[in-house]
This record gives sequence, structure tokens and C-alpha cells, in this order.
Amino acid sequence: MRAILAKPWVWSFFAAGGVWLVTIMFTGGASTLGLSQAALTFAAFSIIVGLGQMFVITLGPGNVDLSIPATMTLAGTAALKVMDTSDGMVLAGIAVALAVGITIGVFNYALIKLLRIPPIIATLSSSFIVQSAAIWYNRGIRIKPPDVLSQFATASTFGVPNVAIVALVISALAWVILEKGIYGRWVSAIGQNMRAARLAGVPVDGTRFATYVLCAVLAALAGFLLSCFSGGAALNMGAEYLLTSIAVVVIGGTAVAGGFANVPGIWGASLFLFLVVSMLNTYGASAGVRMLFTGVIIIGVVVAASRKPAA
Amino acid sequence: MEATAPLADVLAVNGAEKSFGAVRALAGVDFFVRPGECVGLVGHNGAGKSTLVNIITGGARPDAGKVLVDGRDETASYGIATARANGLRCVFQELSLCPNLTVTENARITHRSISGFGWRVRAEALIRQKLDEVFPGHGIDSRAMIATLSIAERQMVEIATAFSESDRKVRLVVLDEPTSSLDASLARQLLAYVRKFVASGGSVVIISHILGEILSTADRVVVMKDGRVVADRSAADFTVDSLVAAMGSVVRARDAALAAHDYTGVRPVLKRSSQGAIDFVAYPGEIVGLAGLGGHGQTDMLVSLYLAEGGDWISRKDGKVAFVAGDRHVDGNLPLWSILKNLTLTVLPDLTRMGLVHTGEEANVAKKWRDRIEVRTQNLDNPILSLSGGNQQKVLFARALATRAPVVLMDDPMRGVDIGTKQEVYAILRSEAAKGRTFVWYSTEMEEVCQCDRVYVFREGTIVAELRGADTTEENILSASFSERAA
Repeated sequence: MRAILAKPWVWSFFAAGGVWLVTIMFTGGASTLGLSQAALTFAAFSIIVGLGQMFVITLGPGNVDLSIPATMTLAGTAALKVMDTSDGMVLAGIAVALAVGITIGVFNYALIKLLRIPPIIATLSSSFIVQSAAIWYNRGIRIKPPDVLSQFATASTFGVPNVAIVALVISALAWVILEKGIYGRWVSAIGQNMRAARLAGVPVDGTRFATYVLCAVLAALAGFLLSCFSGGAALNMGAEYLLTSIAVVVIGGTAVAGGFANVPGIWGASLFLFLVVSMLNTYGASAGVRMLFTGVIIIGVVVAASRKPAA
Repeated sequence: MEATAPLADVLAVNGAEKSFGAVRALAGVDFFVRPGECVGLVGHNGAGKSTLVNIITGGARPDAGKVLVDGRDETASYGIATARANGLRCVFQELSLCPNLTVTENARITHRSISGFGWRVRAEALIRQKLDEVFPGHGIDSRAMIATLSIAERQMVEIATAFSESDRKVRLVVLDEPTSSLDASLARQLLAYVRKFVASGGSVVIISHILGEILSTADRVVVMKDGRVVADRSAADFTVDSLVAAMGSVVRARDAALAAHDYTGVRPVLKRSSQGAIDFVAYPGEIVGLAGLGGHGQTDMLVSLYLAEGGDWISRKDGKVAFVAGDRHVDGNLPLWSILKNLTLTVLPDLTRMGLVHTGEEANVAKKWRDRIEVRTQNLDNPILSLSGGNQQKVLFARALATRAPVVLMDDPMRGVDIGTKQEVYAILRSEAAKGRTFVWYSTEMEEVCQCDRVYVFREGTIVAELRGADTTEENILSASFSERAA
């Protein structure tokens, strides 16, 4: 038990569970199933982008990907336009979304490496370019996803939303490469001390490059799923995931300063963030109050996490 | 000493001792400076000069011994403030100006008495007048930001600031390597000013590795070695050669007479042309030493040798070189990790199948090296920082030795390592070299350099000498390390 309590990610689950209970009690238990399913569904998108952001943040101070929202939008838009509501084009649509992700990831790291721009500026400026590309490509036309995809994205299997299952599979893969793979070791080593990692034979450029590409691909995938789930791509559909992707990493117990990451915490944090918002909703709080609370919670967690010794 | 000195010493240190952990930096030092005297302080790296200067300037307290100012015992209350109040100034080797402030503003920091309305004008006049006096024709704009000045100009500003007077008279100035970044003509100007300052009754302690300028400027030369004063004589009694001899220890008898190997026809494993006349080469099974004073380009050379082998993008499973960091906090440790993960990082590609690390094999490799190099820990899963410094260093050794790399680069890796461990590591190096591994070993310790088959001596970023076999003596290395440029 003590070993479990010592894990940095259990607290996000406790918090999520607590908020879940409070909300259920308020509604008299009427919404238990609905709330749980909604939480899993919406958390799934945060989880997928959060995993990518987690690897990037683990690379160490200054590493963050701010192009996630734009990547989600462009990937969703481009995929839907290519598929053009045809069920036969589903695989082509997924391929387009992934290609968008890979391209943006390569472009981001090219900016960082070739032009020596700090990642925060590089990804922010590339996000403007990507967002503009989405606007130009989409021209304001909202295309519906193919029926088979919108059904898949909104349905559940044995009561578990399909998008949550997708997120679970991706999380399992992320956990394996982080905890068991050499790539995870390298990311963690770079995040602790880049110079020492380089002098110990870690291929620093290759690892960082792969990480930025991985993050963009996961964002593209999340954008694809989200546009199928919500019945079409909107230009602002990624906007809220900028802060969310960073918040779930931090609340989930990954070290903000880099070098230490963990996957389960992303789940707890994503569920927690969604449940806080729905709890405030059931209490009838306004949008302003909801955002205020979200901000206060993130600050609180960062302060609390910085006082704990690193794991 | 002499009857003609009725004035009390400006500053004296009696029987000063100072230890940092297990390292004894000062082992009972007597040192004094008379009014109107320039004292030269020389010694090898680690001889204790910097520690002595720190005690004089109040930056460190001696563990034992006394500090006397004008003959008064000030030991109890001596600190940086007391030192300054008694007119003592210091120009440190590491430049201590604020780069984001102007020359004038930096001068104001040391002169707290310049305050109130119009301080800027007064501070500017003060520093400009002193710069003109010490370095005529210097061409430094006192309103320029320090960051925009060259390293030599910064050094000049620092020196002028130290000699400038506002409310208190400057009585003793300690110059730690003042000419290291000045060219010959600026160095001449400074040394001429030092003589003038001394002639007017001031005192100066000058530390320099350029022995010629010590001999021409100082009245008296104090030689330190291993935390003790080993010679204290009038400068006129020394020559450059006798000074070098006084700094070095007795040449130790070597374990075995190392014959100079003949490598003609053998392909070198590592090669690098340098800007200087001497190129760097290393042959299989050789232990090549990099010597010279600290910070003269040895580490840069090792790092660039390492980086030249590539591996930025794709990990080299059959990497040619491995690196042992000396500055373990900057170049070596991964502080969040366990001993095990720190130890296996470099060898990890060998323990990986399909991208996944084989943890069983990893644990075996770590155990094998823990036993071989005797890392003192019960549990390899403990954090790396739970180990003592010497044991952390052993882990970094194991990290490099566990690989199959035929060349191991070592960046003064024995700092903070106790003598017993050193002997163990020397033995491992010898046996690995006998198996054909090449070691390139930068060390600031003579004893280690003398273990090498061949030694390159560095000065100011380039190789200035190559010594082999019986020529690898402390005396030869020292004389090659010190420039004999006349001041």
C-alpha cells in the first residue's frame, strides 16, 4: 500500500475520484453512468495529446509543444476533406492525418535545430503557419465525417466509449516505450542533463527529433478522432487543448523540469480536469468561474509537486 | 626577518590550516606582506594558492591559525567586510563584473561611499582616471556595458576598479592571474603600474603562471606545494629554472621503466591535427596523457574528439569512443536516476532487443561492474546521489569501461577520489590497456600523468610538447606548461 501511495500519479486519481463522488452525490446518483462515460470520452482526447506533450516536456526545461491545437485542427480538416464523407476512404483519411502530424513534427524540429529557435517560440510560430494552412484549406466549409467513423467515435463497447479504448491502447504503448524501451531512457536522460546524456552516447538529436514528431502525430490523431466525434472539424476545435495538454502532464506527476515522466498520471489528471468542469457545471457556475478554478488547480498542483522530492 | 623592517606587516597569516572534506588544502601556512612590497605567489594547480588568497581576502575562514592585520590579531572577526575596511582588494581569476551593467556602474558597486545625487558622474570620473593611469591609451568607454567589452578590456576594468580609491586608501591588492587575458604590452603597463604602486608604499600579492613576470615584478617569491610554503626567498635569488624546480616534487622513481614504444607502421585509433605544430595521435593499447595547467584546452579537446565520432542522430552500437566525465555534476551524473541506470546508460544499446531494454542482462552488467570496480553500495537501485563523490566517479568509470569502445577518453576523472580507489582504477586501466584498449587521460595530477606511456602538454589551447618514455617527468611537464615569456 505504501509503495502505491508513494507513486506520484495516485494523487490525480484520488482527486478525480473525489470530484466524481461529490458530483454524483449532488445529482443523487442519477447520472452515474452518463457522467462516467462522458468523463472517459472527453478525457480520452486530453490523454492522447497529453501523452505527446509528456514526452516533449520530459526532454527538459524549455521543451514544450505549443503547436498541438493547430495540428489537431489541420489534421482533422484535411482528413475529413480527403475522405469527403465516403466510408471507403477511411484508411486514406487516417493516413492523411498521420502524414500531417509527421510533417508538422519534422517542421518543428527543423525550426528548433536548424534555426536554433527555442522550442516554445518555434512551435508557437509554426502553429500560426499550420492554423493558417487549415483556414486556407478548409475555407469555412464544414464537412461531415464518414458515417462509419462518426458511429465508431460516439459509440461504446461493453459500456466503455470507443475513444477511451483507443486512448488506452495508445497509453499502453506509450508506457512500454517509456518504461521498458531504450527510447524512454534516452528521453529521461536528456531531460536530466543534456550534456551528460550526449557524452554518455545518447543520440540527443535523434531522440529529440523523434519526440517532437511523436507529439505532433498524437495531436494529429486526437484531432482526427475529435472531428469524427463532434461531426466535423472546426477551426477552433484544438484551442482548449493547449493548456489542457500541459495541465494533464503537470497534474499527472511528470516533472515540469524534465527527466521524469509517467503515463498513469495522465489518465488521472485528464479525468480530474473534466470532472472539475462538470462538477462546476452541475453547481451552475459560470464559464468564468470554471476557468478560474482550472487555473487555481494547476497552480496549486505545480506548487505542491515542487515541494515533494523528485521520485 | 630583517632588522630594517620596523613597520608591521600589512597582512600576515600564521599557521593557517584549511580542509575541504578529506582534501587538505592548507597544511599550516605562514605568509606575510610588508608595506611597500610586491610578493609573488607561485605553485602548481592545487598547491593551495587560491585557498590562501581566499583566507587573505576574508572569503574563507582558516580551520586553525591566525590572521593579523597591521600586527593586530583579527582572526575572530575577519571576513570580507573587515578585509575591505583595511584597504584590501582582490582581482580574481574568474572575472567578477556584472555583464549587464556599465563600467561606471560596476565601479560604483565596489565604492559604496559614492552615493546620492550625481553618483554616476563621480564614479565615472574615478574609474576613467584610474584606467588612464594604469593603462594609458586604453580606449575603453566607461559608459559601455561590460558584456560588449572584450575579455582583456574586462580584465583592465577589474584591475582599475581594484586600484581606485574613494573613501579608503588601498593598501594591499591581490592580483590572481592578472595578465592571463592581457597581451604583452598591456601586461607591461600593468606591471609597471604595480611597481609604481609599490614604490609609493602600497603592497601587492601577484599570482601568475608566467614566471618571467613574477621574477621581474616581485620583490619576494613564495612557492607553495601541497598546501605548504616550500620556499620564501628574494626574487633575485631565483631563476626560472630554479623556480620550476622549487615547485615540482622530487621526481618519483617509476614503477617500471617505461620504454618508449615504437609505433611506426601501426595505425592510430585516433588522430587529430591541431593548430599548433604537434598533432594528436593515439595508438591501440596506449595510455596517452594530456597534461599542462588546468583549463588550457584539454577538456575541450576530449569533448571534441568525442563529438567528432558522431552519434547525434543514431546511436552507435559499435561506438569507437566512450567518455569518463570529471566534472560529474555538469558532464556525468543523471541525478534523478538510480546507480544502475546511471551505470548502464552507455552500454544500453548492447542490452536492447527490438527497442526494449533487457532488464535481466542490464542488472547482470551492473552487478559485474559494481564488483569489479567496488562501488560501495548494497543496492544498485539506490539513487546515484546517495553515493559519495568518489563512488559516483567509479560509476562513471564503469559506464565507460562496460562498453566495447576501443578508446576511452577521461577528463580528469580522479577529482575527489581517495588514494585507495585511485590505485584500484590504475590497475584496471593497466589491464584494459594490455588488452588493447586505448586511454586518453587528462589529469592535473603529476602522479597520474607520469603513469602514461606518452604525454601531450597543453598551453593556451594547443599542444606545445610531446613527451615519451623516460622523458615523461614532472620537471619536463612543468617547464613546458609554463610560458617563459618575459614581461
